[in-house]
Amino acid sequence: MTEHVVVVGGGMVAHRFVEALRARDTEGAYAVTVLAEEPRAPYDRVGLSAFFSGTAPEDLALGDPALWEDPLVALRLGDPATGLDRDARTVTTASGDAVGYDHLVLATGSYAWVPPLPGADLPGVFVYRTVEDVVALREWVQERAASLDRPVRGAVVGGGLLGLEAAGALTSLDVATTVVEFAPRLMALQVDEGGGQALRRIIEGLGVDVRTGAASEAVEPADDGTVGGLRLTGDDDPLPVDVVVVATGVRPRDELAAPAGLAVGPRGGVLVDEGCRTPDERVYAVGEVACIEGRCLGLVAPGYTMAEIAVDRLLGGDATFPGADLSTKLKLLGVDVASFGDAFATSPGALEIVHSDPVSGTYKKLVLSDDARVLLGGILVGDASSYASLRPMVGAELGDDPGLWLVPEGAGARPQTELPDAAQVCSCNGVSAGTIRASVVEDGCHDLPAVKACTRAGTSCGSCVPLVKKLMSVEMAKAGLTVSSAMCEHFAMARAELFNAVMVSGLRRWSEIVERFGTGRGCDICKPAVASILATLYNEHVLAEDRAALQDTNDRVMANMQKDGTYSVVPRVPGGEIRPEQLVLIGEVAQEFGLYTKITGGQRIDLFGARLEQLPAIWQRLVDGGLESGHAYGKALRTVKSCVGSSWCRYGVQDSVGMAVAMELRYRGLRSPHKLKLGVSGCARECAEARGKDVGLIATENGWNVYVGGNGGFTPRHAQLLVEDVDTESAVRIVDRYLMYYVRTADRLQRTAPWQEDHEGGLDRIREIVVDDALGIGADLDAQMARHVDSYEDEWAAVLRDPERLRQFSSFVNAPDTPDPTLAYVEERGQRRPATDEERAHGPVLIAPATLEVRS
Amino acid sequence: MTSVASSQTTVVDVCAYDRLTPDLGAAALVGDVQVALFRLPDGSVHALGNVCPFSGAAVMSRGITGTRGEVPTVASPVYKQVFSLLDGRCLDPMGMEPRPGRGQDLPVYPVRVNDGRVAIELVDGE
Ligand SMILES: Cc1cc2nc3c(=O)[nH]c(=O)nc-3n(C[C@H](O)[C@H](O)[C@H](O)COP(=O)(O)OP(=O)(O)OC[C@H]3O[C@@H](n4cnc5c(N)ncnc54)[C@H](O)[C@@H]3O)c2cc1C
Repeated sequence: MTEHVVVVGGGMVAHRFVEALRARDTEGAYAVTVLAEEPRAPYDRVGLSAFFSGTAPEDLALGDPALWEDPLVALRLGDPATGLDRDARTVTTASGDAVGYDHLVLATGSYAWVPPLPGADLPGVFVYRTVEDVVALREWVQERAASLDRPVRGAVVGGGLLGLEAAGALTSLDVATTVVEFAPRLMALQVDEGGGQALRRIIEGLGVDVRTGAASEAVEPADDGTVGGLRLTGDDDPLPVDVVVVATGVRPRDELAAPAGLAVGPRGGVLVDEGCRTPDERVYAVGEVACIEGRCLGLVAPGYTMAEIAVDRLLGGDATFPGADLSTKLKLLGVDVASFGDAFATSPGALEIVHSDPVSGTYKKLVLSDDARVLLGGILVGDASSYASLRPMVGAELGDDPGLWLVPEGAGARPQTELPDAAQVCSCNGVSAGTIRASVVEDGCHDLPAVKACTRAGTSCGSCVPLVKKLMSVEMAKAGLTVSSAMCEHFAMARAELFNAVMVSGLRRWSEIVERFGTGRGCDICKPAVASILATLYNEHVLAEDRAALQDTNDRVMANMQKDGTYSVVPRVPGGEIRPEQLVLIGEVAQEFGLYTKITGGQRIDLFGARLEQLPAIWQRLVDGGLESGHAYGKALRTVKSCVGSSWCRYGVQDSVGMAVAMELRYRGLRSPHKLKLGVSGCARECAEARGKDVGLIATENGWNVYVGGNGGFTPRHAQLLVEDVDTESAVRIVDRYLMYYVRTADRLQRTAPWQEDHEGGLDRIREIVVDDALGIGADLDAQMARHVDSYEDEWAAVLRDPERLRQFSSFVNAPDTPDPTLAYVEERGQRRPATDEERAHGPVLIAPATLEVRS
Repeated sequence: MTSVASSQTTVVDVCAYDRLTPDLGAAALVGDVQVALFRLPDGSVHALGNVCPFSGAAVMSRGITGTRGEVPTVASPVYKQVFSLLDGRCLDPMGMEPRPGRGQDLPVYPVRVNDGRVAIELVDGE
């Protein structure tokens, strides 16, 4: 007989409960109904702030939506539970329904608590808990911004985790923000005095005002009755503000419990035992609403653990709560903050080692046992890259010199210690190192997806994935297994091996290469990889011979495909230096073809909305005016960014623009495993942000410091020092060799930072090879780069001379100049952008491309 | 150009066979239907819907062709989903859902190659 489980609350923990129940209840013993107050399926509340960097609320949804299609799962949105009758075993809902249960799970979470602050109900005061909250907040700020002719000003009451998240949100909306915190430091729950100071310095550096030790007294209205000021105790005048976010903590939503005779904790929360059960054996409480071991826990990981425990109990198990791990790692306003284990050194005899660097703004503290050997906890502010390695070491010996753990990750010298089996690697899902090892050795999981699927490690926040991968590789190596490096089903080799094979064989055609080294007819993974290898080796045109069909659409039409199938066009602007007549020309082309125009992060100009069949005409104009392809579409050198350098700048010590132009002209067109970006700064102030680039040159009094392996993007990395104080000629030679060596040996889509890290012997070995020529391949690399430089030609100019290739640029074989009829645009801020589905369905203003002033 | 083949289908001439390059797709506009044509190295020609179900953009003809096992395929250039050229089935949705109101597979259209010309068959009403 199927029993009925009712879950009250549709938040993160409820989601985990249902997911785990459906995964583990293979017999179908339970049907589950989720009663949710919010109007949307469970979403990632932890990731709520991503809304302000453009993530749509739908994209925050948790897990596989198929869960809600499961016949044993019912999700009722927008109908909160309002009463509980334990005798009748029913829950009543706001709509008046009475839902019967065999088992009840309370997962109602918390609400944002607002202190009794006069004026807290004024329009313009917000809390920060739900999607609806953030949507309303953004609308308010945007409305204010539009009606005021000065920047919007805002205050966040509360300087904890949530307050800083809210401050980040306001800042991203261009609100001049003040954080008001009653305690003497920020994030008082997670960090100590030193950490709080470091955090404050960094946050102030981002332009956010911080007032600690300040009590908010009242929100005062402006003339129009909306928020006008925030009065702080002791200040003469209120802080002038147009928006206030209150983030003063959360309280459990235990309101169903007491009327139903269930006990609540002294500070709220439904009292449960270590099996997450209330005294009524049919009623569980999990997540933030549960008062377990005497307190409510405001983090998602212990909530997930509770969900798993409740499921286990329902299925006849006897799992118990292992105690809360309150470790946290956060990125607030782009600042890393982590706190784990006994962060405040409360254990008897605990020692602290602190490394605080006011220049880089980092603060790191390790808490150790009285003999300075065993790690007890720590606090990391500004750089938490060692968190993933350190947190699982809590309770383990750190080796003879624990201080080495405080130097930045990758700076070498980190002692090699094996994690104990009991060490928890994935705290979101409670997975230990031992479990990961067992999945490799016993369950035969031999790649990362398999290990993740089998153990769930790394499937929530993902911060432990590098560690999981490392554990897996070590275990596989011990068992004599190799991690498969096959590129795809057609090639059993990794890119570097294929590169050598192609180079040595001298083959230049795809059909010959796949026949000799692969199977089948290729795919969208190996074809572009082979095309890239051929491009590096011979520097022939991307569309030469049978190569067009190997290229991704971007390389195939030498432009960047956008979401609606049109392309963007980026002419090269070497070093960011551009003559006025070229600027005028780019402007004219944009006007003539009705292109949306945006300045890129790489100091050039991107023109969007060009249709396939317009590309040749656009490029004809640009090429006639002396511009050339910027390779923005290729896995290739993109840009060399520069500051203005010694020619104009009062501080510059070298001609950074001249150097950047020379570098860009030297490496333009160089195909590589991933995109390449370079930077050149004219002095140590580093205005070109060269250390965020694959190769960065920073001028010194005597020449250049060469940094390598910096990346922006998904996993940002600072470049590391390769050589110091070299003259221009040596710098160029070293960069030549570094780039060529990378291009030849890196994996497909592997950027320089991970390549450097994975390279045997790391950066030190790479230095020996490219600077000291330890392998004796220096001359070979030099010659290959010289060939590249000599054979460069502008690929767009070449296509414009070739009628055969130009034929590929027609919209339809049977109607070469007819625009794609599905394109539709709306105007925004004086330019056009693709219309959304909504706008297509209802929009009054649709600009079809044919009605734009364009030349086909 | 257009001739009626039977009461249900219409055969529409599209282009010369030589106009298609092996492994390089091309789009064709047939009434208001957009079709993606692929000529493979074995000489066969395949016609699928040109609108990618996952992005809504009319770009399938610009995808990379290949094989999965024995099945000839094309990958969408937008989010890389792979489709069978034989029956239009999506073989790998890459963890994504199609756009609202669309199935994840592509329609296929019968192709006729005659006298060096390529024609496709449309069911009336398409
Ligand atoms: C901006 C932000 C950032 C955060 N960052 C982190 C972080 O970095 N790390 C971390 O560990 N935690 C973080 N948290 C906390 C984390 O989101 C919570 O710990 C987690 O969501 C708790 O899950 P829950 O299911 O217990 O509660 P919730 O996710 O709050 O879900 C409870 C749900 O129950 C509903 N509900 C309440 N009463 C009823 C009723 N009577 N009937 C029906 N439905 C009801 C509520 O509307 C809500 O949807 C953050 C929270 C916020 C707001």
